[in-house]
Amino acid sequence: MILLETKNLRRSFGGLNAVDGVDFKLNEGEVRAVIGPNGAGKTTFVSLIAGRVRPTSGQVFFAGEDITSLPPHTRVQRGIAYTFQITSIYPNLTVHENVELADHGRGSVRDCLNIVGLFARANQLAGTLAYGHQRLLEVAMGLALKPRLLILDEPTQGLADSEIESFITLMRGVASRTTILLIEHNMKVVMDLAQRITVLAQGRILAEGTPAEVRANTSVQAAYLGSRHAAA
Amino acid sequence: MKGPSLLLHLGIILMLLLMQFVISDYALLSLTRILVLAVFASGYNLLFGYTGLLSLGHAMFFASGAYAAALGVTKLGMSIPVSFVFACLVGGAFSAAISAITLRAKGVAFMIVTLMFSQAAFLTILYFGNITRGDEGITIAENLRRFSVLGFAVDLTNASLRYNLALVLYALSLGVTAWMVLSPMGRVLIAIRENENRTSMLGYDVMRYKFVAMTVSGTLSAVSGAAYAILFSYAGATLASIEYSINPLLWSLLGGASTLLGPLLGTGFMMVLNDLASSYTDARLLAVGVVLVLLVVFFPKGILGTVRQHWIRWLP
Repeated sequence: MILLETKNLRRSFGGLNAVDGVDFKLNEGEVRAVIGPNGAGKTTFVSLIAGRVRPTSGQVFFAGEDITSLPPHTRVQRGIAYTFQITSIYPNLTVHENVELADHGRGSVRDCLNIVGLFARANQLAGTLAYGHQRLLEVAMGLALKPRLLILDEPTQGLADSEIESFITLMRGVASRTTILLIEHNMKVVMDLAQRITVLAQGRILAEGTPAEVRANTSVQAAYLGSRHAAA
Repeated sequence: MKGPSLLLHLGIILMLLLMQFVISDYALLSLTRILVLAVFASGYNLLFGYTGLLSLGHAMFFASGAYAAALGVTKLGMSIPVSFVFACLVGGAFSAAISAITLRAKGVAFMIVTLMFSQAAFLTILYFGNITRGDEGITIAENLRRFSVLGFAVDLTNASLRYNLALVLYALSLGVTAWMVLSPMGRVLIAIRENENRTSMLGYDVMRYKFVAMTVSGTLSAVSGAAYAILFSYAGATLASIEYSINPLLWSLLGGASTLLGPLLGTGFMMVLNDLASSYTDARLLAVGVVLVLLVVFFPKGILGTVRQHWIRWLP
C-alpha cells in the first residue's frame, strides 16, 4: 500500500526551484533514504511533507488523503513525525518530560526511553545531555508520537562512529514498526538501512532504486558520488 | 497540586486571612490594593511567565474591566454585583478578540502590536471623555456602594469587607492559574515557551493554546480591573496608560515569572518599596530604580525563581 505520495510537488524560493516537480511514492513498511548533494532540496522536500514549508504547487497525499493544505500539527496527529536536522529538544525540561510531551498521554514514555537507551537518564535536564544522547532523545520523541511515517533528517550528523553503529542497530528495530524516510549523508548508514534510495539533485529526482542499482547508476556517480566514490 | 505545595499555598491564603486582625488600617488598605493588583499580575504571568509571550498592552485588559464595571454602575444602572459579572464578560470577550488579532504577530512584533492596541485603547478612552471622564476619572457614589445581595447588606466603604473580598478574589485567581499551569495544558504552554516550533511538530495546535492562554490572561486582568474600580470607586484613563502595562511585567519579573506566588510577592514588594522610598526621599523613582536594577542583576529569575533554583525545587 502506498503510504505517501507527492504529485508534481514544487517549491521555489525567489528564483530558486528548491523542489522542482517531484513525483514520489513510498510504500508502507519501507525504509527509504533520500540522498543528494548539498542544496539538492532534500530538507525542503521533507519539510513539504511535514507541512513546515508550504508548496508553491503540487500535492501531498498521505494514506490516500490529500494533506496538502493541512497545518503541521494536524499532519503529526495523522501520523507523520519529523525529527529535526538541528537538534530541537526542550533543553530546560527533563528527558522524561521531553518524551512525555510527544507521548500525548498514551503511556509509552518508558518504552520509548528504553528503546533508545536513555531510561537511566530520564530525570536529567535534556540540555545537559551529550550531543549524541540529544540525537537519541529526538528519536525517542519521534517514536513516542507512534507515527506511521517517521522522517529522520540527518539523524547521524555529528555522531561518533561508534554511536553510528548503535544507531543503525536501533533503526533496524524501529523499521519493523514504522515506515521510515531518511535523509542521510553518511553512505554507510544509507546502504545498511535503506531498502530503496531516492537521489535528488537540483530539486528533481535523478534516480531511484535499490542500493545496488543506485550505486551502479552512472549519472548518480557523476552528479553526486563523484569520481572518488565511483572508483571505489 | 499536592503535598507540600498545596500546604504552602493554602498556608499563604490562611496567613493573609489572619493578617487583617493584626495590621494597621493603612496596611490593610495597602494589602487590599496589593491583592487586587496581584490578580492582574497573576493573569499577566500566565501569558508571560508560563507561555513565554511578552505583552506590552495588558493595561487595555485591566482598563476594560475597570471601565465596564464603572460604566455599568454609573451609566447602565446596574447594581455593583451585576456590573462585576458584566465586566468579567466584557473583559473576556475583549481579551478573546484582541488575542485573535495580536497573536498573528510573533516575538518583537507581538510586543509592539499589543503596545499599539493598548495605546489605541488609552486614546479612545480620552477621546470619548464625555462618557469615560478619562482625565478626571469616574467615581462610584457612596450610596451605590451600599447594596444587598440575597438579603445580606453589603457596604463597600467598609475596609475589612473590602479586604476579604479582595482576598477571595486573589485565592480564586490563584486557584485558576494553579489549575491551568499544573494541568496537561500548562505543560504544553511551558513547551511553547521553551520551543514553539518543536511543540507544533509534536502535534499541538500552538495557536489554539496561545489563544486560550492569552484570553484567560486578559480576562483575569479585566477581573482585577473590575474589582479595582468597584472596591476603590475609581476608573480613569490612567488605568489604560503604558504604566499599567509595564507594572504587571515588573511585578512578575520581580517576584519570579513562571512561579505561582511570584506575582503576589512582586506586587507586594513593589508597593512596599514605593512607600518606603517616598517616606525617605522625593526622588522616589530613583530609589526604586536602583533597587530594581540590583534585583535584576543579582536575582535574574526573580525572588521566587531564585528560591526555586537553589532551594525549593518543587515550587510550582
